Amino acid sequence: MRGLLNRIFLVDLFQGLWVTFRNQHPKYIYTEQYPAERPKVAERYRGAPRLNINPDNGETLCISCNLCALACPEALIVVTSERNEATKRKDLTTFTYDTSRCMFCGLCEDACPVDALELTQDFEMATYTREGQIWDRQMLEEGPKPTQYKC
Amino acid sequence: MPDSTFLDSTELVLNMGPQHPSTHGVLRIILKLDGEKVLGTECIIGYLHRGVEKIGENRTYAQFNPYVDRMDYVAAISNGLGYCLAVEKLLNVEAPPRAQCIRVILTELNRIASHLLWLGTHALDIGAITPVFYCLREREEALKIFEKYCGARLTTHAFRIGGLLYETYDGFEQEIRDFCAMFVPKVDEYEELLTNNRIWIGRLKDVGILSADECKEYGVTGPVLRAAGVKWDLRKAQPYSGYEKYDFEIPIRQNGDTYDRYIVRMEEMRQSVRIMQQAVEAIPEGPIMGKVGKVIKPPVGEAYVSIEAPKGELGYYVVSDGSTQPYRLRVRPPSFVNLQALDRMIRGGLVADVVAVVGTLDIVLGEIDR
Ligand code: SF4
Ligand code: SF4
Repeated sequence: MRGLLNRIFLVDLFQGLWVTFRNQHPKYIYTEQYPAERPKVAERYRGAPRLNINPDNGETLCISCNLCALACPEALIVVTSERNEATKRKDLTTFTYDTSRCMFCGLCEDACPVDALELTQDFEMATYTREGQIWDRQMLEEGPKPTQYKC
Repeated sequence: MPDSTFLDSTELVLNMGPQHPSTHGVLRIILKLDGEKVLGTECIIGYLHRGVEKIGENRTYAQFNPYVDRMDYVAAISNGLGYCLAVEKLLNVEAPPRAQCIRVILTELNRIASHLLWLGTHALDIGAITPVFYCLREREEALKIFEKYCGARLTTHAFRIGGLLYETYDGFEQEIRDFCAMFVPKVDEYEELLTNNRIWIGRLKDVGILSADECKEYGVTGPVLRAAGVKWDLRKAQPYSGYEKYDFEIPIRQNGDTYDRYIVRMEEMRQSVRIMQQAVEAIPEGPIMGKVGKVIKPPVGEAYVSIEAPKGELGYYVVSDGSTQPYRLRVRPPSFVNLQALDRMIRGGLVADVVAVVGTLDIVLGEIDR
């Protein structure tokens, strides 16, 4: 009997509709208006790579130890250096990082002994060309500069 | 069944996929149809083959870790756990208790996230548009916790061999507690939308039946097996990562049809919340990394570890020849094995039920093709 009444009065459908009705409330709006309203990613977010420089004198922190290149599963980091006879240390010459093959796993960041290489919170890395995905030392130090949209 | 109908029509061979949205990826199913009836199916897989097992042989143990996330990308954390446990077994180390506890919390959260995506897309396939929005809304909360914990939402690379790399962030416990409190009423809400809905019942009841014996024959595991009445859950059967400490139930149902599998998964989400609630109150203090050297070089030998992933039994078999790279790495993905049962489940059914059955198996093609 109950089942029959439930069927006639479409109880199950109204029950479901009540759920959707409850969720109409504006406080349940989750849509992010992306280019205008930018998401705040977490502190540990693994995004665009950055090669840190010493803020005082603008010199790179990288000691050209090549550990990041060895740690990377995709072998996409290439570090070259030359020996500086005056300081008896290796000086970084070039540093390339192919973001198109990177899977942002963070292993290179873990391997770096001086925290020179870091994955940052920048997430907008789209380019128009394939070559644009290969970042050189300058790009890595400055970071991407995405266009900001306001509305 | 007669070869042709009274209209003298012939059988029709139809390709479903690989671009069909309801195949959850790039699965191609060749259907042999007689009108609306399915006479047989054949699955073509491999469109997403990346040779992950072979990649494993050419990477060091630590380097391979991010790749496992890309097999079952919906449940990346479970994959990471399985791989880390396998290598830890090979190395004969164990993660410290604190690491194990955090691992359990995150894996259960990932199980919820995976089931939510399953529920949303499964309902979408069947024609209920609304649940997918709600499911993704709650899944977002889980993904935010992953992002805060390890810096990535989907391909997390959260665990390391021997323990964890990342300590919990400030407010982690509270966020897990809040998530649990928020989530239980939401499951009731989904059930309110679907469980008693007559269309839902009509589309799912007695569709794609797989009996317990057939499940065992095919080696089907996970919720599909439990919906057929077999109480088999590796978290209880061979506890790993300290699952024996938590009090939870294995939900089972008897009929083994699509509706029962739905009920089992809904109940599993509630049980996952229970495990998380117990685990978050009991996170011990201590180190998070076990005694593992910088270079991982396991002794010669082999290890097989299987865990209960959201989709079923996920196994990792690692053979070491004493070098820094695995000699052989084999994955037993649950979706791959479960997909075999598709033909048995759908033969004699209607063509409209194919999407329901594919959805209920909860397959991920990344894991099937590897
Ligand atoms: S994030 Fe991973 S894949 Fe990318 S460069 Fe670093 S180690 Fe290589
Ligand atoms: S590991 Fe760090 S210091 Fe060494 S080469 Fe890479 S970025 Fe430079």
